[in-house]
Amino acid sequence: MSSDNLMTLNLKIWRQQNSKDSGKIQDYVLEGVSPDSSFLEMLDQLNEKLIAEGIDPVSFDHDCREGICGMCSLMINGQAHGPERETTTCQLHMRKFNDGDTVVIEPFRARAFPVLKDLMVDRGAFDEIIAAGGFTNVNTGNAPDANSILIPQSDAELAMDAAACIGCGACVASCKNASAMLFVSAKVSQLALLPQGQVEADQRVQNMVAKMDELGFGNCTNEAECEASCPKGISISNIARMNRDYLSAAVKSKAEPKA
Amino acid sequence: MASKLCTYLKASVVKKQVMAVTGLLLCGFLVSHLIGNCLIYVGSDAFNTYAHALTSNKLIYVAEAILAAIFFTHIGLAIKLTVENKKARPVQYYMKQKTGRGATFASSTMPYTGMLILVFLIIHLINFKFGPVYMTQIDGIEVRDLHKTVVLYFQSPLNVLWYVIAMIALGIHVSHGFWSAFQSLGFSHPKYNCGLKLISKLFAVVIALGYIALPIYCYLLGGK
Ligand code: HEM
Ligand code: FES
Repeated sequence: MSSDNLMTLNLKIWRQQNSKDSGKIQDYVLEGVSPDSSFLEMLDQLNEKLIAEGIDPVSFDHDCREGICGMCSLMINGQAHGPERETTTCQLHMRKFNDGDTVVIEPFRARAFPVLKDLMVDRGAFDEIIAAGGFTNVNTGNAPDANSILIPQSDAELAMDAAACIGCGACVASCKNASAMLFVSAKVSQLALLPQGQVEADQRVQNMVAKMDELGFGNCTNEAECEASCPKGISISNIARMNRDYLSAAVKSKAEPKA
Repeated sequence: MASKLCTYLKASVVKKQVMAVTGLLLCGFLVSHLIGNCLIYVGSDAFNTYAHALTSNKLIYVAEAILAAIFFTHIGLAIKLTVENKKARPVQYYMKQKTGRGATFASSTMPYTGMLILVFLIIHLINFKFGPVYMTQIDGIEVRDLHKTVVLYFQSPLNVLWYVIAMIALGIHVSHGFWSAFQSLGFSHPKYNCGLKLISKLFAVVIALGYIALPIYCYLLGGK
């Protein structure tokens, strides 16, 4: 690591003691940031400095740090996962910033995503939506014969695209209505597109939408900020699919949403 | 049974679908109203005869009631959805930036353009439907000279300007709304997605320009 291109950053970070605290933006100056470090490594560096100074380090969510688990979050300069397209915060590198830049770092904000501490939010609401129907019941036992259930290649591709959702919540964070439609529609679609998902399809879409509404997410206004900020590039065509699946389930299905 | 229907009508997805259907019906109303307006270019008699035929038919009350119901549903749900959406994020961001790849000016101003249309609508009804009544004779029958009401109203440049502004707002509302309604109802396919967005914008331009032409024509027509 050459030391001649190290950067100094002016950080504005949301600090909040706990879920009851009202919180505020706090200014920090961090020197010696390598352009090769990731955004989270930059925060690690800040925290080491804070710990050395006897200050409470900044709490933030992360796990795999390779863009696949969906645990990292953060609004960076007003954008979910920062400025780079189809990139999670953990995969964002400091070379995207310039020496002397001001970087505003906030938690994802939504009524359904309460802040636990600093930049850490509780995204358990997504788990509740999955538990409401985002699964298939299958018989365990011997593995079925390969190709015993035929699936058109195009459907398999679409299902895989929907299944790329890592459930990070960037869609909710970037939506002006804090709507969870992109997440829920991806989780509905990945199963609805496959034969194995058909049995419970009507029940699933109704239950997952009902749970989403109950948890206090907003309504979709078809702005597509979710798609634009999704690190996995999930398409809003999934939302249209969920809309028509819901409508058809409401009209024709014996299954009803759980009250 | 009724309670089941209520469960569905409370669902976010269904509320948006009712918005979509009422919005599209209003788009249909815009088209028929615009075609009626075009009779002004044919002449005062054609315009007045058409207006008379509409208002003298008893079925107009049924049509008006249905239209009012569509408007009230659209507006009522617009308010409900917008309030719910504001509640979904109680603490605002310190800094929020659009990606530049999603939201458009039209999509992010739907509640504001909608509100402007509502204000316009009320003023519009006061000025014309419940506006000054002049009478004229066509083929010996006494009919309302709505042509005169309209032309006189548009002698004021301020009235023309307000009308033009409101119609631009309407165009903006519909340019997002038309496509959005199809998305809400579940129409989305690579085959026609681009076409649908294009049609939405074209429709908005036709509607806005179509309506804007009338006050300008009347203004230029002068006091005749
Ligand atoms: C002739 C007049 C109008 C037409 C043709 C029209 C048309 C539409 C259409 C097609 C949509 C899209 C529905 C969807 O996204 O599913 C829409 C949405 C909307 N309209 Fe209107 N509208 C009109 C008047 C109004 C008025 C008077 C208001 C409010 C006072 C209003 C407020 C809204 C709002 C807030 C939305 C967005 C709702 C959402 O995305 O959740 N509109 N409109
Ligand atoms: S930490 Fe796993 S996706 Fe970023």
